[in-house]
Amino acid sequence: MQEIIQYLFSGITTGAIYAVIAVGLSMLYSSTELINFAHGEFVMVGAMAMVTFWVHLAWPLPLAILAAMALGCTLGLLFERFAIRTAKASNPIVLVIITVGASIFLRGTGMLAWGKDPFSVPSFSSHESIEILGAALLPQSIWIVLGAIGLAGGIHFFLKKTLTGKAMVACAVNQKAAWLSGIPSERMAVLAFAISTGCGAIAGIFIAPITMSSYDMGTILGLKGFCAAMIGGLGSLWGAFAGGILLGVLESLGAGLISSGLKDAIAFILLLLILYIRPGGLFAAKEAKRF
Amino acid sequence: MSDKLSARSRARIENSIFLAAVILLGLVTENTYYLQIMTFIGINTLLALGLNMLMGYAGQVSLGHAAFYGIGAYATAILSGTYALSPWLALICAVGGAVLVAFIVGLPTLRLSGYYLGMGTLGFGMIVNILFREWSSVTGGASGFVGIPVLEAGPMVFMSGKSYFFLVWAVVLAAILICRRILRSRMGRALRAIHDGENAALAVGVNTHYLKLKVFMFAAALGAVAGFLYAHFVLFISPESFGFMVSVKMVTMVVIGGMASIWGALLGAGLLTLLPEVLHGFAEYEMIVFGLVLMLVMIFMPQGLTRGFLDIYHASRKKRQ
Amino acid sequence: MTNQDLRQAQSQQPILDVQGLTKLFGGVKAQDNISFSIEPGIVCGLIGPNGAGKTTLFNMITGIYAPDNGQVIFNGRNTRKMAVHQLVKAGIARTFQHVELFGSMTLLENVLVGMHVRTRCGFWGAVTRFPWVNREEKAAVEKAESLLEFTGLIDDAHKPAGDLPVGRQKTAEIARALASDPLLLLLDEPAAGLNAVETENLGQLIRAVKDRGVTMMLVEHDMSLAMGISDKVIVLDQGRKLAQGTPREIQNDEAVMAAYLGG
Ligand SMILES: Nc1ncnc2c1ncn2[C@@H]1O[C@H](COP(=O)(O)OP(=O)(O)OP(=O)(O)O)[C@@H](O)[C@H]1O
Ligand SMILES: [Mg+2]
Repeated sequence: MQEIIQYLFSGITTGAIYAVIAVGLSMLYSSTELINFAHGEFVMVGAMAMVTFWVHLAWPLPLAILAAMALGCTLGLLFERFAIRTAKASNPIVLVIITVGASIFLRGTGMLAWGKDPFSVPSFSSHESIEILGAALLPQSIWIVLGAIGLAGGIHFFLKKTLTGKAMVACAVNQKAAWLSGIPSERMAVLAFAISTGCGAIAGIFIAPITMSSYDMGTILGLKGFCAAMIGGLGSLWGAFAGGILLGVLESLGAGLISSGLKDAIAFILLLLILYIRPGGLFAAKEAKRF
Repeated sequence: MSDKLSARSRARIENSIFLAAVILLGLVTENTYYLQIMTFIGINTLLALGLNMLMGYAGQVSLGHAAFYGIGAYATAILSGTYALSPWLALICAVGGAVLVAFIVGLPTLRLSGYYLGMGTLGFGMIVNILFREWSSVTGGASGFVGIPVLEAGPMVFMSGKSYFFLVWAVVLAAILICRRILRSRMGRALRAIHDGENAALAVGVNTHYLKLKVFMFAAALGAVAGFLYAHFVLFISPESFGFMVSVKMVTMVVIGGMASIWGALLGAGLLTLLPEVLHGFAEYEMIVFGLVLMLVMIFMPQGLTRGFLDIYHASRKKRQ
Repeated sequence: MTNQDLRQAQSQQPILDVQGLTKLFGGVKAQDNISFSIEPGIVCGLIGPNGAGKTTLFNMITGIYAPDNGQVIFNGRNTRKMAVHQLVKAGIARTFQHVELFGSMTLLENVLVGMHVRTRCGFWGAVTRFPWVNREEKAAVEKAESLLEFTGLIDDAHKPAGDLPVGRQKTAEIARALASDPLLLLLDEPAAGLNAVETENLGQLIRAVKDRGVTMMLVEHDMSLAMGISDKVIVLDQGRKLAQGTPREIQNDEAVMAAYLGG
């Protein structure tokens, strides 16, 4: 029992991080129909930026977090401007390959900037861990879960309540109609990129204190975020969030109760199951198109 | 009628040039390193050819194709290494297994429009790779599988650089001929129709779902053959050779070379095999340059290099006139 | 067609029986409880203002959209569970409002693809090229050429379909559709984009196809063509069936007049 609660705690913590990654991917997909295979690399950038700003340069925590986020957003904007927008391709496969190229490029740059060794980052606060039903709850976990909920809530508020956000949703639903009604769909795509890669960086900031960070940490995290987004339904904000939490919990339970070696397989088994049973995702309103 | 004849004879000329080039290169090259690189190019061409049919014509992307490559390699390693089965029997099992698996993965995902096959194969590829790594009693685990026998056929032993070079490229040539035959047949016409307009193809009676499934199974079979050849060439395999990045690299070969083009697959496989060799000199910068080249080609030549160079050539000729 | 012929045709079992078809797109009722039947051998005009739901009706008959309600009986069979390619095999062929030829393939190849359900060479046939494969291919090419001859396109047989002028592309769609030996041919605005001479030729082609015993449904905005060639006309407006009858009856129908004059 105590064990299971412990697994649940750690599952929800990693799940919240997957959720943030998935929300970023899902946001971008719903407004540009692009699946960004470089997304995981922005997580890496966020985590490594924390290493530099907070650990090495010893900036105050809030400033370090802001700077890491800003770095993620900026890189995302540069990527959008110089790679995606310049591309003359009409074939979506080509755009996907460009994001793959970007992911390799960013990983290479990360290796050059931070070297091959993994780093660790201390917890955001140095409080003792809290004991609940005999299981230890780390304060960092609380930070992460609260942060993830806050972020998703903020994006929800932005999309539903602000004019810009509503315009963005309109673009996602029907680009041509949005264009006809005067919404600058191109600027919306830029914004979606910045928010999406910003989410990636935030996930990196969250994860840095609970794992070792290195230049090659991004790929697997990006893929898992992708699984989470698919599980919840690609293009749905809370679907992606729930998919992330579900994935984190199942992974942690699976690793603890079955075999830790197969931990990484759980995400992909879930992905296949979803594709077989409910291709639109667990929480999607729409069925996957057939024709 | 004359158009069709000339297309057919042009294909014949292309094939002959290709055959002559392969024989010449094989006879002239003595350097084992070069022979080895060219053998790898051949193996990668097999992978790219199958994927090219899938991506270029059926319009589907497989992001886990390394799994079939791996299934081919591990099946022959286990059957001929551990169980001392004849490698040629192992080849049949490997291809059969890969095709069956492709059927199971493709059946539900290919029914949906969009990139569901891509997502399904992505997940499948990761699972297969984890299996290679974790099922160590059978696969040798992360440290790899040792003890793959050398290929023999009667008095021939495929071991030296040259004999293996010719073996691999003979298979490549056969695969090219098969692809050409398919593209010229009723099945190939239906495939090209899907390429031009999937909805119209469906509406005139092409069972697009089934056809895509068949092409996916064909691509899986070629992947398994490539894995078989790889395993008996390097005689040691480990899970990294069949990971996600390898799948991505295969897709890249197809796109860089040019989709829906047989020679594009050859060019893409050649470039992506050579590029890392060339970049070895850059050590630290290898990944950066590789990523950058990939992005630049795709940004400025989205049709791939074959078409990109042809366009540049035509443009410069026009200018001169 | 004389009145007697018409009566005889009506006494036969209909080749197409549409019963209460309904289709919603979001809030829009693109089809609202449409019912009608078509006797074998006739040309049935389907007219109606833009957005009336004509193309949607074709898409449901050909199995591309599943209806939200109602059913289609083709040649005595309920088509509800049949896939698009099975319907083509059963004998329903169509052309598209916006030309949907396979642009990079030659006209001959386009027609050969149209023959897909009537030929059977698959992967192994392609690889082995057994004699039966070559025989099948040869027969298919001959049939395709005769169809191109019939539609007057034989001179362009080896040109890429995408390079032809619109008029010829429209005709080519009919040739491709005929390649599947249809019992019922659905023509979606075949005259759109054609000049007067081409439209005249198209009328003759449709009559020739009718003489081959093919039943047709014809969506057409060109009233003189639609009225001149149809044995029976159905009028749709905003997803509902407004009227049905002989061309003469329709021309005198008040509800139809109102709809067309912007009522
Ligand atoms: N796939 C779809 N999704 C949403 N709405 C659709 C779809 N297809 C058709 N509609 C809507 O259904 C209605 C009927 O369209 P349809 O194309 O059948 O009309 P039509 O009679 O063929 O018109 P036209 O003469 O312009 O070709 C229109 O309001 C159209 O916007
Ligand atoms: Mg229409």
